[in-house]
Amino acid sequence: MANNHLTSESKQLATWYFTFAAIIFGAQLLFGLVAAIQYVMPAFLFELVDFSIARIIHINALVVWMVFAMFGSVYWLLPDETGIETVGIKIGKLLFWVFAAAIVVVVLVYLLVQVGPADETTIWFITEGREYIEAPRWADFGIVVVALGFVGNLFLTGMKGKQTGIVTVLMADMIAFAGLYLAGMFFTDNISVDQYWWWWVIHLWVEATWEVFVGAIAAYGLITMIGAHRKTVEMWLWIEVSMLFGSGILGLGHHYFWIGTPEYWWEIGALFSALEPLPLVAMFIHVLYDWGKTQGSQDAKGEQLSVINNKPAFTWFVLNAFGNFLGAGIWGFFHTLPQVNLYTHGTQFTSAHGHLAFFGAYATILIGMFYLGVQGSNGIKVMKNTKLSIWATSMITGGVVGMTVALTIAGYVQVLVSRAQMGATWAAYFDGQSGLWFVQAMDWRLIMGVVTFLGFVLLATDLLRTGKSAVHER
Amino acid sequence: MANKSVWSDNRFWQRSATWVTGFASVLLIWLTFDTSAQISMGDDADLKNGVTKRVPGPTVINYKITYEMDAKRGHEVPVIGEKEKFFGRDDYSEEEAGALLHLGKLGSQAKNCMDCHTLLGNGAYYAPDLTKSWLDPAWGPEGSMQSMTGKDTKEEAMAEFLQHPSQYPTHARMMPNLGITAAEAKGLVAFLKHMSSIDTNGFPRNFGKIQGAVHGK
Ligand code: HEC
Ligand code: HEM
Ligand code: HEM
Ligand SMILES: [Fe+2]
Repeated sequence: MANNHLTSESKQLATWYFTFAAIIFGAQLLFGLVAAIQYVMPAFLFELVDFSIARIIHINALVVWMVFAMFGSVYWLLPDETGIETVGIKIGKLLFWVFAAAIVVVVLVYLLVQVGPADETTIWFITEGREYIEAPRWADFGIVVVALGFVGNLFLTGMKGKQTGIVTVLMADMIAFAGLYLAGMFFTDNISVDQYWWWWVIHLWVEATWEVFVGAIAAYGLITMIGAHRKTVEMWLWIEVSMLFGSGILGLGHHYFWIGTPEYWWEIGALFSALEPLPLVAMFIHVLYDWGKTQGSQDAKGEQLSVINNKPAFTWFVLNAFGNFLGAGIWGFFHTLPQVNLYTHGTQFTSAHGHLAFFGAYATILIGMFYLGVQGSNGIKVMKNTKLSIWATSMITGGVVGMTVALTIAGYVQVLVSRAQMGATWAAYFDGQSGLWFVQAMDWRLIMGVVTFLGFVLLATDLLRTGKSAVHER
Repeated sequence: MANKSVWSDNRFWQRSATWVTGFASVLLIWLTFDTSAQISMGDDADLKNGVTKRVPGPTVINYKITYEMDAKRGHEVPVIGEKEKFFGRDDYSEEEAGALLHLGKLGSQAKNCMDCHTLLGNGAYYAPDLTKSWLDPAWGPEGSMQSMTGKDTKEEAMAEFLQHPSQYPTHARMMPNLGITAAEAKGLVAFLKHMSSIDTNGFPRNFGKIQGAVHGK
């Protein structure tokens, strides 16, 4: 991404964040493929890069690229929203390099050192062994410092410049986002206490703070890409915040059904998490409604003109509206009642939901932000889809939906055979895994994973090339 | 301005968002205090006096654990029974048992068990759930693992397997060697035995109903 058209240093920094994020996204998919191959051919890289290692890199890279893209998005929109250059941009740039270097070291240690002895040095320097946030403790502290620097810049800029509704929401949201990470940093012998706090990080990120972040980014996107009215957009945003936090915070209870925590979480978790899809419906309607409304008033002027000034980005934003609702809302609701979750808990069904939700709710909108970055860096007035953009979008989306369908079927077999029929023992587990539908589903997940990966290669190519394409209006 | 509805007023919605969020957070914090008390680890005195804790103390490794239907609660619960030898002893002190559990919990993280297995149902789906693996019929007297590893007790068989998992494969999908030492393996087995005594509200349902665990036989 060339920076020659960017006068704002904040936006330049944003493009660094986007670039690094896109690279890590590629790494995520590559290691996902390794793990998926191992389901089909268990001997693949056995005792070399075991499933656990491939999976750690797959899901840690997922979290990392999204956090990078989120930081980038904030640096991107700050000058537009506040009307000033971001405060502390020099520190921001320094922290970017610190962050990126730390991540590279962490990943290399995962890959090359893999495991350590059962003592505290392993927790400090190799892995904490807790899904998604395996990063060793030295990196935890580094991440906290970087996050504080980022939040500091956001606050100073928001307070000095124009503090719009979007900026206000982001300020409150980002501080909660960073603060929650602390809940995942300590060690305890009590696995129930361990899991209790671990979910504070994971759930309160993806079903509360990150969702609110998406609400804010979608609001910004609607204003900049289709010229939606700020007053309307920000009113929706506040309503979404109430609904998301109102359901998502106590919806945390849907992870406390079976980890040793008391029974009252059945009722609390079921009630509040069952409400969680509502704000996602609201967000979906909001995006489509605003689009229809602005396009409608444009049409009323009698000109055949699209109101969208960045087609690929807007496509990804609309996919976000759909995907968030489907992956998080529908697939989440499927297994959120304790009566169902008793059987689906910890099966491929969870994985089906995890994939469609992370993709639909976050990957989509962040890829949209990459395209906004390309548009700005190349001084494009109206950005169009190239053939490559369309292929990339279709293959990635089709691939992930295909994987989700395969995993849902696999989860179904597992629930029926391993859980309901046989009672979750070692033997029951493998009876489920060797069911014909399960085996075929694993093949299909791999095939669809390859489609996703090829789509990513096209996406990366498009992001590098489209800026120079002649199809856009400059 | 005077007849503008409050429903279209951004400040009204901003305040609502603040109140709703504040209310939900306060409720969560309050529940966290209650839950933390309920899931704090018990101790040796609790076990001796028959006080039921959701998460028993580490000396639970001195006892036989089974998983039985509780008619009142409508699902299975762990039952802590008579004394049972664990690596030849049933008199581990609070400190000794605590140290074993500590080693095992550290080991479970240092070797990334959670990135292949689920523990309490959370983790990865590449290998069996370990929540009640201590009670798995495969490790019991009728199961195949004791004779396969050439050991006479469940705990020794498990420890042997954990040290050399790829020597005792039962499926094409094998567990790799993770460099687990004899001492670490003992800690890990203590950790697994302790985990099987946690009251998980009936998860996993019908565990081992085919044979073994349900009525403690
Ligand atoms: C790379 C993936 C991987 C990692 C990491 C891993 N395991 Fe396993 N584990 C497996 C697989 C696969 C099996 C099934 C082996 C078979 O059936 O042949 C298994 C089987 C087991 C079993 C027997 C199954 C049962 O239900 O009793 C136990 C116990 C076990 N592992 C414990 C552990 C512990 C403890 C750790 C962490 C120290 C661990 N595993 C780490 C893959 C893994
Ligand atoms: C964007 C939002 C969401 C994302 C990214 C997301 C992602 C995930 C992921 C990755 C997991 C698996 C965690 C693990 O590894 O153990 C999970 C579990 C779960 N999610 Fe979501 N989720 C979202 C929203 C929702 C919503 C809205 C609901 C309910 C309506 C929901 C219900 C659940 C439940 C019940 C589980 C536990 C599954 C189990 O018991 O194994 N999720 N989610
Ligand atoms: C090339 C495509 C991909 C392949 C082959 C792939 C494969 C895998 C595999 C094999 C696992 C381990 C599941 C298990 O423990 O059984 C996994 C986990 C996961 N992947 Fe992917 N993946 C791909 C793309 C993605 C994408 C695009 C996302 C989200 C944006 C994603 C998010 C996740 C998450 C959240 C988990 C953890 C799920 C859970 O614990 O429930 N993956 N993936
Ligand atoms: Fe959740």
